[in-house]
Amino acid sequence: MMNPDWEVVLGLEIHCQLATNTKIFCGCPARAPEGVSVADLGPNANTCPVCTGQPGALPVLNRKVVDYAIRAGLAMNCEIRKHNVFSRKNYFYPDLPKGYQISQFDLPICEKGHVDIEYKAGGKEVQKRIGITRIHMEEDAGKNLHMDAFSLVNLNRACVPLIEIVSEPDMRSAEEAGAYMRAVYGIVTAIGVCDGNMQEGNFRCDANVSVMPKGSTKFGTRAEIKNVNSFRFVEKAIEYEVQRQIALIQSGGKVVQETRLWDSAKGQTFSMRSKEEAHDYRYFPEPDLIPVHVDEKWIAKVKDELPELPSQKKARYVSELGLSSYDAGVLTSSAALAKFFEDTLKILAPDGNASGNTAKAVSNHLGGEVSRLMNEENLELNQSKIAPKHLAEIVKLQTANVISSTGAKTIIGVTWKTGEAVDGIVEREGLKQVSDTGALEKAVDTIIAANPGQVAEYRGGKDKLLGFFVGQAMKATGGKANPAMLQEIVKRKLAGN
Amino acid sequence: MLNEKYRTITEIHDAFDAKKLSPVELARDTLAAIKASKHNAFLLALEDRAMAAAKKADRILAENGKVPRETYPLLGIPLALKDNMVLEGVRTTCASKMLENYVPPYTGTAVERLEKAGAVFVGKTNLDEFAMGGSNENSAFGPVEHPTFPGYVPGGSSGGSATAVKAGFCVAALGSDTGGSIRQPASYCGVVGLKPSYGRVSRYGLVAFASSLDQIGPFANSVEDAATVLAVMGGHDPLDSTSSERPADPYVANLKKDLDWSKIRVGIPKEYFIDGVDVSVKKSVRETIDWVAKQGAKIVDISLPNTPYAVSVYYIVAVSEASSNLARFDGVRFGVRPPDAMQVEDIADFYKKVRANFGPEVKRRIILGTFALSSGYYDAYFRKACQVRRLIKNDFDRVFKDCDVILGPVAPSTAFKKGEKASDPLKMYLNDILTIPCNLAGLPGMSVPCGKDEKGLPIGIQVIAPQFRDDVVLKVGHAIEKGMTK
Repeated sequence: MMNPDWEVVLGLEIHCQLATNTKIFCGCPARAPEGVSVADLGPNANTCPVCTGQPGALPVLNRKVVDYAIRAGLAMNCEIRKHNVFSRKNYFYPDLPKGYQISQFDLPICEKGHVDIEYKAGGKEVQKRIGITRIHMEEDAGKNLHMDAFSLVNLNRACVPLIEIVSEPDMRSAEEAGAYMRAVYGIVTAIGVCDGNMQEGNFRCDANVSVMPKGSTKFGTRAEIKNVNSFRFVEKAIEYEVQRQIALIQSGGKVVQETRLWDSAKGQTFSMRSKEEAHDYRYFPEPDLIPVHVDEKWIAKVKDELPELPSQKKARYVSELGLSSYDAGVLTSSAALAKFFEDTLKILAPDGNASGNTAKAVSNHLGGEVSRLMNEENLELNQSKIAPKHLAEIVKLQTANVISSTGAKTIIGVTWKTGEAVDGIVEREGLKQVSDTGALEKAVDTIIAANPGQVAEYRGGKDKLLGFFVGQAMKATGGKANPAMLQEIVKRKLAGN
Repeated sequence: MLNEKYRTITEIHDAFDAKKLSPVELARDTLAAIKASKHNAFLLALEDRAMAAAKKADRILAENGKVPRETYPLLGIPLALKDNMVLEGVRTTCASKMLENYVPPYTGTAVERLEKAGAVFVGKTNLDEFAMGGSNENSAFGPVEHPTFPGYVPGGSSGGSATAVKAGFCVAALGSDTGGSIRQPASYCGVVGLKPSYGRVSRYGLVAFASSLDQIGPFANSVEDAATVLAVMGGHDPLDSTSSERPADPYVANLKKDLDWSKIRVGIPKEYFIDGVDVSVKKSVRETIDWVAKQGAKIVDISLPNTPYAVSVYYIVAVSEASSNLARFDGVRFGVRPPDAMQVEDIADFYKKVRANFGPEVKRRIILGTFALSSGYYDAYFRKACQVRRLIKNDFDRVFKDCDVILGPVAPSTAFKKGEKASDPLKMYLNDILTIPCNLAGLPGMSVPCGKDEKGLPIGIQVIAPQFRDDVVLKVGHAIEKGMTK
């Protein structure tokens, strides 16, 4: 809940791991092999003299990283810098093998862009444009593993390419920040520069949060919440932090500029270090790398290869498939979801001419039960066992009245976990509807014969009793009757036909 | 010893061809000489590696009858390398207690290319800790003796390599030059020392001191040998982004034809003959210039007005880069952890203990560099230094319109006695004034022996050419060398 007397000012710094084959400054694989999770990769399996910071080893830029950064910049309407320089950001951390991170400082590759967002607030659809200050390229650090008496460092992630996407302080609510993060996620996954696996830290963000009295133009002192890797947590962390800051000011205190961390178990943010303890990064141009010149030809080539953007896809879903703008927005919020949608349609209509109703049915399941499961279990679509072939089958059976919408949800729940064939689930769970007219008529006849009093009342004008007959008949069929057919038969029989 | 009978690569290869000498014999004798030596020029003898390489050279020689000089220009030639360059599996200390136990998992490009050409690496040479110093007195493993004048310093920071070549422990040696660390010890010891153009030799595998200034180069007994080593190790390396894609020139073949001096314009910068330069050094260099003039070269008086600022600029840029490059030596990532390092209150206390592994000069430079880059001082120091560095480069660009090569002294003095300057860092820093400008501008520079002072201490003349005209430096240096030995 937002406080009406206060205005919230939010800016996000999103770190997005680029899905290149090799690391940014050496030839090591940047990712685990297909089908292997990063967690299962042996410690320091993807390392070499360069990414372990061996004395004398030197970085060499992976030009694919520049390609991807330009791609992201173009997709977010940025200006692309021609003369690019890398800088060293000097600080101590055990997972940073060289003692500095190679990043970009005053000359980032992309600047002055924007992303359009759309979200629902109080049942209303809101549209807004969020400014992008800059996007720059840098290397990721390794990972510390803290044991009781010592710590271990795994450098598989060291030197994995990142882009940092810095927004303007344009957001005014947690929902808005969440919507922006989702929109950026949709873009980077759609253009193929990021795998988007949030559990593995592919996509994470720092949120700058401040509050000021409504009507003020002077921003309050901000706190930075570091390293949040889920859309829900970002919203929760911001909501908590906003309330904390307001309460602090109202009780006569002052917000201090500091870095805070989000504790998802406690649902709180806590202080990590204050401004006084802040690092002096001693940035200076990285002497081991030469400046990168990006010419018009290079930009044009990347532009040519740019796949369909979520905003374009969304417009197409609305105009060609007749989906609502909101539904289309949900489907295009992640590349995986959009692909799942299109693959399902392709199975249902191999000629490419899916009807509006089919599209709507697929969209309803993805935006409904599937999204619910994703949120509930905090998983990506590709981490579940459900596949387009399952959903296509479900929609087919539902359209043919073989299963009910409740049955469809049940099947989605099972395939999500097991990935087993749909017909087997229908059989085992007894989800097939009774659509045999004869059987249904027989059941209805029995109910009518057994309840002459109610029949008389209904015929005397008490329409409400229709539900009673349908319910009784449904019960008689063990809940498996096709509800639409059953209702129609009950109506017809009671009318005396 | 090596230098009594065979001084140069050609002499050794001729002896191999004539079966008067074999690579294994030469390696064995050289290793024995290193073991017996009292110069402290070596921190490590590479016995197993050298004998294996020598045996391989023996085989190649037997198979071919004669040295296949095209494919193996360094077949069986004993070389040494400064102990700030890595060889896989061989301890690399940078003459620092901090890296006493560091064993690198890879081999640097320059060394790898030389080994492929048949070179036999016999040992790793002493240096000033992390190449910081000009006398080799800053080594954690003790100073190096001058090869011919006991009690004198050999210069630095590549003092071990200069001594090793002069004293006959190898035919050529690799050094690194950030502000004069090849040319100055070459001048002090009376050998040839070449700092190639920045970007000519890959730095991959050279433990960085100041990345924008460091360059690997050879010490040798002749300019031709220096050219041979450069020809093998020079050229683009995909593992070093700052190495030039411009192909290496045929440095050795270029030397076969005599230099036509009448086509050469020689620039003499007045700023290189200032009061601080010893009279004996000036005299010797002037005499060499007179000889050059007599050969028909056109002598041009030039001015490099920003030279006086070079030392200040250097000691901001170099130490700033060093403060960042050496951050990883902290007992967490790399570096020896003293036994009591874990009995500490916090990380600052831990650092205090671990970083005590650094010698005073290294500490001084890390602190200076950290300061020069820190918030609030960056503009006044680092940025300003970069701007003046540009002006120094512009000076050279301008004078190279009027001359093809520059001649001048290498160092203001000849070798000094151990301990003479050790207590005064500033005096030591000013000693680099004539070598630093080349590094700041990325130019090739070479020290060629040109005379001796009244005590008999060697003096070198410095040959400087535009960036990537290492061929010109070698050609002119070669002609001077021939003239001086006549």
